[in-house]
Amino acid sequence: MTETSASGRSAATADPIVPKPVSGTVDYLDQRVGAASMIKGLARKIFPDHWSFLLGEIALYSFIVLLLSGIFLTMFFVPSMAEVHYPEDALPVTMQGIEMSEAFASTVYMSFHVRGGLLMRQIHHWAALLFVASMVIHMLRVFFTGAFRKPRELNYLVGFSMLILSLLAGLTGYSLPDDVLSGNGLRITDGVVKSIPIIGSYMSYMVFGGEFPGTDVIPRMFTLHILLIPGLILALVALHLFLVFWQKHTQYPGPGRTDKNVVGYPLFPVYMAKAGGFFFIVFGVLALMGGIMSINAVWNYGPFDPALVSAGAQPDWYMLFLEGSLRLMPGQPEFVILGWTLSLNVLIPAVVLPGLLFTFLGAYPFIERAVTKDMGEHHVLDRPRNTATRTSLGAAFLSVFIVLLIAGSNDLVATHFGLSLNAITWALRVLIFVLPVVVFIITKRICLALQRKDREVVLHGHETGQVRRTADGKFYEVHQPLDEYERWIKVGHHVYRPLQLAAREDANGVRRPGGHLDNLRTSFSRFFYEDRVEPVTPTEIAAAHGNGHAEITEGEPTHAGELTSTGGTSR
Amino acid sequence: MLLLAFALVLVGGVYTAVTPTTAQADSLASADPAKGADLFRTNCSTCHGTGAVGSDLAPSLIGVGAASVHFQVTTGRMPMQANAPQAEEKPPQFSEAEALDMAAYIASLGPGPEIPTAEQVDPALGSPANGMLLFRTNCAMCHNAVGAGGALSEGKYAPSLMDSTPTVIYEAMLTGPQSMPGFNDAILSPEEKRDVIAFLIEQREPQPGGLSLGSLGPVSEGLWVFVVGLGVLIGFSVWIGSRSS
Amino acid sequence: MSDQHHSSEVGRPDDDGGAMNLPERFENPGLEPHRHRLGDSDPKIAKRSERQIVFIFLISVLASIGGLVGYFLIPVDEPNVLNVRLSTLVLGLGLGLGMLGIGVAAVQWARALMDDTEKIEDRHPMSAGSAVQQQAFEMLRDGAKEANVARRPVLKGAVGGALALAPLVYLVPLIGNLGADWDISKFAHTAWRPVRGGDPEMYYQGQFRYLALDPQDTRIRAADVTNNNIVHVIPRGLPEQEHYLEEKAKAVVLLVRVDPALLKESPERASWSYDGIVAYSKICTHVGCPVALYEQQTHHLLCPCHQSTFDITDAAKVVFGPAKRALPQLPIAVDEEGYLYATADFDEPVGPSYWQRER
Repeated sequence: MTETSASGRSAATADPIVPKPVSGTVDYLDQRVGAASMIKGLARKIFPDHWSFLLGEIALYSFIVLLLSGIFLTMFFVPSMAEVHYPEDALPVTMQGIEMSEAFASTVYMSFHVRGGLLMRQIHHWAALLFVASMVIHMLRVFFTGAFRKPRELNYLVGFSMLILSLLAGLTGYSLPDDVLSGNGLRITDGVVKSIPIIGSYMSYMVFGGEFPGTDVIPRMFTLHILLIPGLILALVALHLFLVFWQKHTQYPGPGRTDKNVVGYPLFPVYMAKAGGFFFIVFGVLALMGGIMSINAVWNYGPFDPALVSAGAQPDWYMLFLEGSLRLMPGQPEFVILGWTLSLNVLIPAVVLPGLLFTFLGAYPFIERAVTKDMGEHHVLDRPRNTATRTSLGAAFLSVFIVLLIAGSNDLVATHFGLSLNAITWALRVLIFVLPVVVFIITKRICLALQRKDREVVLHGHETGQVRRTADGKFYEVHQPLDEYERWIKVGHHVYRPLQLAAREDANGVRRPGGHLDNLRTSFSRFFYEDRVEPVTPTEIAAAHGNGHAEITEGEPTHAGELTSTGGTSR
Repeated sequence: MLLLAFALVLVGGVYTAVTPTTAQADSLASADPAKGADLFRTNCSTCHGTGAVGSDLAPSLIGVGAASVHFQVTTGRMPMQANAPQAEEKPPQFSEAEALDMAAYIASLGPGPEIPTAEQVDPALGSPANGMLLFRTNCAMCHNAVGAGGALSEGKYAPSLMDSTPTVIYEAMLTGPQSMPGFNDAILSPEEKRDVIAFLIEQREPQPGGLSLGSLGPVSEGLWVFVVGLGVLIGFSVWIGSRSS
Repeated sequence: MSDQHHSSEVGRPDDDGGAMNLPERFENPGLEPHRHRLGDSDPKIAKRSERQIVFIFLISVLASIGGLVGYFLIPVDEPNVLNVRLSTLVLGLGLGLGMLGIGVAAVQWARALMDDTEKIEDRHPMSAGSAVQQQAFEMLRDGAKEANVARRPVLKGAVGGALALAPLVYLVPLIGNLGADWDISKFAHTAWRPVRGGDPEMYYQGQFRYLALDPQDTRIRAADVTNNNIVHVIPRGLPEQEHYLEEKAKAVVLLVRVDPALLKESPERASWSYDGIVAYSKICTHVGCPVALYEQQTHHLLCPCHQSTFDITDAAKVVFGPAKRALPQLPIAVDEEGYLYATADFDEPVGPSYWQRER
């Protein structure tokens, strides 16, 4: 580290800009791996500032906390299904002398007899719940602001893959302690796998190494959980972050923000402090949760026994939608065809429905691109109201997900609100079809209404609450016009119009190829963009002002916002 | 180990001191069936019929035993307040002595399960570990793994056992009130019932991991991670993204 | 509108004039002027921020020390749940506040003391342009030409074939071994299957398995099953058996006595019950959870996982929920001493449906 520049350039020693240890280190690394150009490229890279850009960071940091706490846990956890007896003199008293698997015994023993063991278990579990929760919220942000548009479709898919992997990580993770609750989760998994036509039974054998529960599944899931899945997630995290750097971050619309620039603060020092500090904040909050709030007290459920189940048998929240869809499905559609059993009552809710939901989610950027035929790069985000159809589709999607979550916890809803379980299930069976339609319509109307409000504000300015009276006895409210910076936020967006259907036949009466597809595309396009509110143009604003629309300027009487003395003078 | 034994003895001692089981068991013999018959006639016979033979509204009580009456009356489930999917627990309408009088009256009509003695329900004498094994197999599917309660069909539910007295738990197992099936002494011996009680009492100790959040399992944990975890962190995010004044 | 034209003709300077001269859209006005923080101009405020930040770092240091002290002082060897709780709490607070302090201080540093003027960086399109694309295509073409791929189809086929086959030698043994013996016919049999020469403790006449209480493993007399009971049953001696959990996962049974007048029994199953006592598989026909919630007044069995509801009085048929098939029934009888035993195995596979179930 010390004397490195004897043969090389001596810029480091000659340059007084940074202290010698720094320049020495940079010089050493520069001559070996070209560190100076990396610093040049990265150190002052600009990132935009917005709270919603930190949602993905919550996911990233909880993943790091998962790795750190997970390393702690692997030191004391024994991934074995061999039967042992819990020590007679160890806590808790309810487990003393009970026969259980080594996996369960080591989990309980670690909780009570390893200092900090229970804390690490609880941090790990809270971090896992938070990891998926923040990923989902981050994805919603990306969806509703259109951050997935070109050139970021591929990075969207990287994130989408991480979401799927995180569900698998969760499933393999919470099953490891081999308790009654997670054991029943595995059993449901087994039932779902068996419902797959033709190969289902063999796949069940493949997972469990024979019949359920067997003695292989915990060690197998352990390897998946601590090696394969986190390895894949880690690789995808690296790719995700690389692409964020490479493509530069998106930014919200605002004055001075364009698709050709990025406005914000430099990585070093502002984001080193902010993002670095946020890691410690996430870790700190998770550690506090782990220290104060009990989670997954497996000794309450006891070691797995296939004859047992307890009320409130639910998976962790991110799997709850599957539990919900299984609960909602009526049992009739199970058929025996030519002696082969096809249980659609399991297949539809547990395989087909999540398949459809996730396909929609993953394919959405490509669907929208096909509809808009928009070839340009987008780096300025959409305000959700300005993309009414996308926002409404997202809200409808979310409403399905929420119905499934409620269905998955219908027993708790029943006991806590004094309702009948059966009535809730029936209501949700209807809602899962009706609610998305209703939510779609309402959300779209709200978006269009907000767009109109934007127009209104741009044209007439903000209401000031001051009511004045003219000499001839008329009342009017004074409006404060927007400054050009605020106005730009409300008028700067691009408005898509439905594709125009080109003539099916050209001038010579020859049919164009691909006419059918065009029809489809046009109707899709109409679905997306038929209802829209155009942003205010300079002409319109001039017209509004020409009509004497409200400005405070000289306090001249205006006709707009006119109030008669008889009606609605309350403002 | 010594500390544990001490703690167990202490817990047992506190429970014997707090719960009135001793008084009950001893005083059923001294209860007055005639007074019980009077109370029954004025308060219960409208539904259960004169002489407790039952009616269209309510079942016959002949042979249900003193335990059943004591359970229903001291937990306030009887007399029933409204025609609901099931009788709710509420503040009892009768004193312990009156309940015992009625129990003695019903017991005199036909032999049935008796109110347990203080020793039979003393959690200090039971084994929580064995109790857990039995509770897991026979009770947890309705009452939840630690007795927090759960839903049944059509608006019925299995109540929480967190505040039930050992005597009431014993009587419920023995008599099988309402939707609950009974567990007679051949299926769960008196000692095994006491083990179950010991397990449930043990569950009331503080959770080693901190706040128990209702012991309702993953759904409530999921709610908490959104409300506390994500809520607090989004609060921090907004702070980080805001400009200092 | 006509008004406007008038004014444009007059050319009043405060009017924007006719629509003709106006741009179609608004122009981006550029960055807003920067607003300075109080601390930027007032060193006293900046100094106060600095003191705040130092103070928060100090809290972090103290919390970390507290956590370490807690680790050494609180014993967890003694069997006391309160110690575990205290240790978890103190370590959690130490770690949590230690980390949180660093984070909050660093962020406050950035917010209050670091330069907050917004900076602009240019973006460039992801693609370097068609010229570079063209170069890339040419390089690919040249490479392919040098490799002579196009003129050697056999070589191409050979590469493809080898690449497709080689991984199979890894994958086939991996997947082939995962399923052990792949004998899915095991789904169809349970530990209730009558044997020959069985232990008379476990088998009636060495043949028919006795019913036993779960988890006590004691035999059950028919007389002990009273009207409002539910009994959770395993085959007698199962806990000592090999593959105990796999067998238990299929063999668990619920025993209920119902008033024989309520029982709707088909003629072919008339001999399967004993004096109103019926035995049904405890494993749900939906996805295999133990169906264990028995409501003794309605004689309904409810599964707590997905709420399939079965009617015990009517051959355990489904009355609500996502299951389709009734629970399989176990035929039972009593021996000379009144103990219950199974006269045969279930006549169908228990648990969830699978493709080959009816075969």
